[in-house]
Amino acid sequence: MKNTKVIELEEVAIRFSGDSGDGMQLTGTLFSDTSALLGNDISTFPDYPSEIRAPQGTVGGVSGFQVQFGGKKITTPGDLAHVLVAMNPAALKANATFMNPGGTIIFDADSFSEKNLEKAQFKTNDPFTELKLNDFSLIPVPITSLTKESLKDLELDNKSVLRCKNMFALGLICWMFDRPLDYIEKFIQSKFGKKSPVIAKANLLVLHSGYNYGMNLQHMTPQYIVHPAPIEKGTYRNINGNNATAWGFLAAAEKSGLPLFIGSYPITPATDILQALAERKDLGVKSFQAEDEIAGICTTIGAAFAGHLAVTSTSGPGLALKSEALGLSVMAELPIVVVNVQRGGPSTGLPTKTEQSDLLQTLYGRNGESPVVVLAASTPSDCFYYAFLAAKIALERMVPVVLLTDGFLGNGSEPWRVPTMSELPAITPRKAKNPETFLPYNRDPETLARDWAIPGMEGFEHRIGGLEKNNAGGVNQDPDNHQRNSEIRAAKVEKVVDMIPELEVAGEPEGDLLVIGWGGTYGHMISSVRAMQDAGKKVSLAHFNYIKPLPKNTADVFSKFKKIVVCELNMGQFASYLRDKLPEFQYYQVNKMKGLPFSVNELVENFDKLLEA
Amino acid sequence: MTKFNYTAKDFKSAAEVRWCPGCGDYAIMNAVQKTMADMDIAHKDFAVISGIGCSSRFPYYMSTYGFHTIHGRAAAIASGVKSANPDLTVWVMTGDGDSLAIGGNHFIHLVRRNINVNLVLFNNKIYGLTKGQYSPTSDRGKITKTSPFGTIEDSFVPGQLVLGSRGTFFARAVDNNIKHTQEVLAEAAQHQGTSVVEVLQNCVIFNDGIHDHISDPKFRAERQIFLKKGQPMIFGEQEDKGLILENGRLKVAKIGENGITLEDILVHEPAEDNLGLQVALINMSLPEFPVAMGVIRSIEALVYDQEMKKQIEAVQQKRRITCVDELLQSGNTWTVDGENCDEPVKFFDNKCFG
Ligand SMILES: Cc1ncc(C[n+]2csc(CCOP(=O)(O)OP(=O)(O)O)c2C)c(N)n1
Ligand code: SF4
Ligand SMILES: [Mg+2]
Repeated sequence: MKNTKVIELEEVAIRFSGDSGDGMQLTGTLFSDTSALLGNDISTFPDYPSEIRAPQGTVGGVSGFQVQFGGKKITTPGDLAHVLVAMNPAALKANATFMNPGGTIIFDADSFSEKNLEKAQFKTNDPFTELKLNDFSLIPVPITSLTKESLKDLELDNKSVLRCKNMFALGLICWMFDRPLDYIEKFIQSKFGKKSPVIAKANLLVLHSGYNYGMNLQHMTPQYIVHPAPIEKGTYRNINGNNATAWGFLAAAEKSGLPLFIGSYPITPATDILQALAERKDLGVKSFQAEDEIAGICTTIGAAFAGHLAVTSTSGPGLALKSEALGLSVMAELPIVVVNVQRGGPSTGLPTKTEQSDLLQTLYGRNGESPVVVLAASTPSDCFYYAFLAAKIALERMVPVVLLTDGFLGNGSEPWRVPTMSELPAITPRKAKNPETFLPYNRDPETLARDWAIPGMEGFEHRIGGLEKNNAGGVNQDPDNHQRNSEIRAAKVEKVVDMIPELEVAGEPEGDLLVIGWGGTYGHMISSVRAMQDAGKKVSLAHFNYIKPLPKNTADVFSKFKKIVVCELNMGQFASYLRDKLPEFQYYQVNKMKGLPFSVNELVENFDKLLEA
Repeated sequence: MTKFNYTAKDFKSAAEVRWCPGCGDYAIMNAVQKTMADMDIAHKDFAVISGIGCSSRFPYYMSTYGFHTIHGRAAAIASGVKSANPDLTVWVMTGDGDSLAIGGNHFIHLVRRNINVNLVLFNNKIYGLTKGQYSPTSDRGKITKTSPFGTIEDSFVPGQLVLGSRGTFFARAVDNNIKHTQEVLAEAAQHQGTSVVEVLQNCVIFNDGIHDHISDPKFRAERQIFLKKGQPMIFGEQEDKGLILENGRLKVAKIGENGITLEDILVHEPAEDNLGLQVALINMSLPEFPVAMGVIRSIEALVYDQEMKKQIEAVQQKRRITCVDELLQSGNTWTVDGENCDEPVKFFDNKCFG
């Protein structure tokens, strides 16, 4: 062991990268789960092309998975990777700019053939010089041939053999980071064991070959030690944002005593929510894969009319299709939740990349004055709580709620201390009680929420609709009535402010710069603000989860800082919303439109500039 | 023995009915209300869902639960209502524009899924509410405000669309024949699965008389054929004409001529899955044929909302996870309990929720 270079680190980011058929997402996920089980905190970032199988070996077809893990609280998947696993030249090329200077690059030497270099559009036969990577630790490993060698005694076709390559890389990385293989072994057994014992055997053999390769050639591969993070007591699991969202709705259904209905149409990156709920027939979920997004929300509205907790999930293009029907739920005052897992737009845009550019669509993208409650989750696991809360608000206030997440949250995962149901607040749907006095649009004077009577309830029969109405639900086009109802619908949304907490400030409550973010950028925002604070700067963060209505104390928080900067992955939508709502402040902006999360570095640079100016 | 002694009046709301005097919708509403009264189902269990159009005003005139939604989407909203609560009796009231133009997609998918709702298609071959533009059922050449020189497109035949979407029930009636409309609606209500009843409806204002050549009571017997289950397909004032198959095609034959007897006349079997013949019946048009009225197709098939319920029950029979706490603890979890670990801060405490 004496030759091994042992490096002790607080946190490490690893990027697994290969062709989209190389199984990099699985490799990354298995490594992340293993690390989480060891007690590291983790944050992951799957980054894959929108074509399922883009041409092999090309830069466009590269699929990557980055995970950062460490011995302290991890809030981002890391700007730059310390270790890159590149299964081919294209993977090297696509990721060179995301490498920490001096990092380690492990690559499949067999795949760096002339042909593959050409496919990746390298001009020379020396890709490392071409990409200026000569200062890095370069570790060539003949992954393909060693995989073949390990499997020569099994009678497997070439394609199945090559499919095991990723296990070699995984085994090697597990050795480097001193991870046990038992979790991965169990996974392989349960995935292939019954269906195809020989494939299970092949994967296990190659996994161990990779691990042993690291051990035997330890003179050249550095070994890293990353200690477990001191975290809160409890039961943990790894969860991504889409699953957390789905489970938040399940929790809300159970708390409210209502059955859960989801009407949706598949769309990246939101499909997992529909899939996760379709799987939960054991908990009585009614999932309806509709013919389009319009039918998705319309079936949802129908289910809400019939008394269910009804939700629909989608991404930007789907939200556009749902807009007219969302207006119907505003007018009819039915409790539905719409989840928008945002992606790059406009049009089909960047389907697999993250962005925050649907904020104004969500707030305003409907005909007429059509206010809805808008929430935004900020980490993969807190999608659970915001989905729960969205349902609670909808059911207790008889108002549609839109929950904004994004591709980064939806696909990204982190360890999560699972709550018990007893930790969650009660949800009390506004079921109508007295048929004598019932009118569909009689309201609670405090909250302006109406009562909910559903078909099947004796004595409450009534009609509602999309036309402007009187208290009985009948058509009323009287000018004063429309004025009054418009004001009521707006006020009803504003009154939700008493269900939400005040805006929190991370850091000192006053200072030179208040950094503002919202939704899925939280991890990068808090990391960059902490870095500023560690450097002695008077910078604090106010991160918004409640967009409409805004928390009560928002203006108060803003007033304590010399400068305010709003950071978002769009061209300035939240900033313009704040200018409209709180025009008394001046807002600087940091915006990014690359289909990528912020990096901590670029945020810090921007904040420094603002402090100097 | 009936449980409830409802009359049609029990289904009328207090709202003033605002259709134009003489509009065919009045008669259809009377037939629907009578049918509902006869169904002997608790009043509270009816939900009437509509889109937008003159005909879609329907729910306001009913005393049941009702939902007047948005243009074209009644089928989708009703699909949600019925899937959520299969115990409700769900009716969809919709126009030719509502269901066959803007809502065409939802219409065919409702029919394909065979969700147990009763859909009444008010076919006046025009957009009434928007004051007289052509619709997907307007005939080629139709002159309207948006087709001042005549349309240059062919129309849908609603029944074809239903059968093309694997429909299990299709019937046709005429607004001015309330008794027959009611008989047909009663059968539609009985049907398990999506039942589509096309009612030829007169719009006195924008398309007056569009169905007269078919519906005129004076010529009813000659121009309409009332199909009845298990009965020979005969029509005519003297009941002396019938339908036969000749070289694979339908043909009108006179009983007593050319050696044709009653025995030779086709017998109507709506419960048989005989798409070819049923589409041929749907396609019959004047002057060569009488127009087919009554239940043309009514076959048994699996019903979506029931299957959804059964699937959930079947999964729950064998379930390992019975509540959300169990779900949260299932699969790959691990416990953190070190001495340097803090007590957890609970989300709803942490965030100072009241
Ligand atoms: C999204 C949308 N587009 C257009 C309209 C206008 N519109 C209302 S009803 C209608 C057509 C109605 O025709 P039909 O469904 O045949 O009903 P009818 O009035 O003839 O009974 C149209 C185009 C609308 N309300 N909403
Ligand atoms: S416009 Fe035509 S369809 Fe509409 S109510 Fe008047 S008559 Fe009936
Ligand atoms: Mg019409």
